[in-house]
Amino acid sequence: MADQVRPTARSLQRAQAEEAPLETEVFARHARRERRLKRFVRLTQWVLLALFFVLWEIAGRNGWIDVLLFSYPGKVGELLIAKLKDGSLLPHVWATTLETFAGFLLGTVCGAALAALLWWSRFLARVLDPFLVVLNSMPKVALGPLLIVGLGPGFASILGTALAVTVIITTIVVFNSFREVDPNYVKVVRLFGGSRWAVFRHVILPASFPTIVSTLKVNVGLSWVGVIVGEFLVARIGLGYLIIYGFQVFNFTLVIMSLFVIAAVATFMYQAVAFLERRMLRPK
Amino acid sequence: MVYVTEKSPLLAVSGIDFAIRPGEFVSLVGPSGCGKSTILSLIAGLLKPSAGHIRIYGEPVRGASPRVGYMLQQDYLFPWKTILGNCLFGLKMTNRLTEENRNYVDYLLGEMGLAQAKHLYPSQLSGGMRQRVSLVRTLAVQPEIMLLDEPFSALDYQTKLQLEDLVWKTLKSHAKTALLVTHDISEAIAMSDRVLVMGRNPGTIRREIAVPGEIRRELPFTAREQPGFHEIFRTIWEELKTEEEGGIPDG
Repeated sequence: MADQVRPTARSLQRAQAEEAPLETEVFARHARRERRLKRFVRLTQWVLLALFFVLWEIAGRNGWIDVLLFSYPGKVGELLIAKLKDGSLLPHVWATTLETFAGFLLGTVCGAALAALLWWSRFLARVLDPFLVVLNSMPKVALGPLLIVGLGPGFASILGTALAVTVIITTIVVFNSFREVDPNYVKVVRLFGGSRWAVFRHVILPASFPTIVSTLKVNVGLSWVGVIVGEFLVARIGLGYLIIYGFQVFNFTLVIMSLFVIAAVATFMYQAVAFLERRMLRPK
Repeated sequence: MVYVTEKSPLLAVSGIDFAIRPGEFVSLVGPSGCGKSTILSLIAGLLKPSAGHIRIYGEPVRGASPRVGYMLQQDYLFPWKTILGNCLFGLKMTNRLTEENRNYVDYLLGEMGLAQAKHLYPSQLSGGMRQRVSLVRTLAVQPEIMLLDEPFSALDYQTKLQLEDLVWKTLKSHAKTALLVTHDISEAIAMSDRVLVMGRNPGTIRREIAVPGEIRRELPFTAREQPGFHEIFRTIWEELKTEEEGGIPDG
């Protein structure tokens, strides 16, 4: 927001040098207030975060909390640095990132493709409607054990879990956006004798493109759920595996460290997709 | 020549029987829900009549045809295509993207004062400009018959009057046959050679009113100032009023 405000503010300041009309002054006052508020919000955020870690550290070192269960930042940090140094962390990060990435990409593509199929065949859409409702209502991670039996304990079933979580909701959201396209645009294509494929290619798909891109963003989060649960169940590598392993050997420092790494990687991935979304949907 | 007789399962319109001569401008006026737009969809080949025939130059209508151009209530330009892309869309759909036709679109854009806007997107234009682009898109495939489905209804009054003149001039100079659907009585009289007044439940043509030559020859804007304009207005007004009063027991 500040980026949008600044050039205007500067040009207004220049105008102010010549003469200071009321609107310039009001705007300058508003901009100052806005900047001050923004700085205050940032400061509060940092203080809260620091306070949390400091208190946690103190509580851990003084034995106010059970260190075995809740660890403390110093220990977590030490472990993180050690694991980064001996290179035993990165393969886990890499495996999980790859699975999540494949999961949300495949989930979005498959979901959109399924939506296209439903749009194409009204008969199929009506037949599948109740099944989609049931599948959408049920918690997909519950399918985990079946996926493992079906796809074998490994990458395939982890990806399967991520897909199960993302596909149905993507299908429903994208299909709805296909159906909500203004029928008058479809009329334009039909008036020129355009085929059903032309309608899809020139109207339905471009009109729903923003929705498809934004499901991409939602699917990043969902895919993480699928992948972590999948790793809980079968993996021998990955951040989900590290959590379960840490839990089993009662190394909660490892569990908490993995959680922080997940939080960092997931946030990064989400921001990257959000950035991509802004780039792709830049207003014309 | 267009010939329509039609009866739909919902009985939207029934006993519609009229013909339009080549180059003639005919308007359909009537209360909302009287099936004016249904008639346009039938002529455009978007709907199939449950009974009856529609013929264009003696040939029965079978599906959409580039011989018939259709202007919608709003511009419905694709926001993801440029103005030029929108204008070429019809040619692309009908596989006629030739150099000659591209030049024709350029010529039309110039004629409508849109040459500068070619590479802009619809969101960058005003409502009136967009509806002009939509006219170019329709004319680009060189239809012989233009169906105008309340194309001025979404515009502000001033833009509407300007665009009426522009569309009227353009259609006359390109010698197009036109059928305008509107609920604006004065627009119907100002633009057309003949006005068909419709009633509803089911939609029928109640009356046909020929517009005298001195009004017909003027641009829509000045036509409104011609003597006799108001008499025709009143005739149609009375006709619609009796229709409405007659319609109350059914409604």
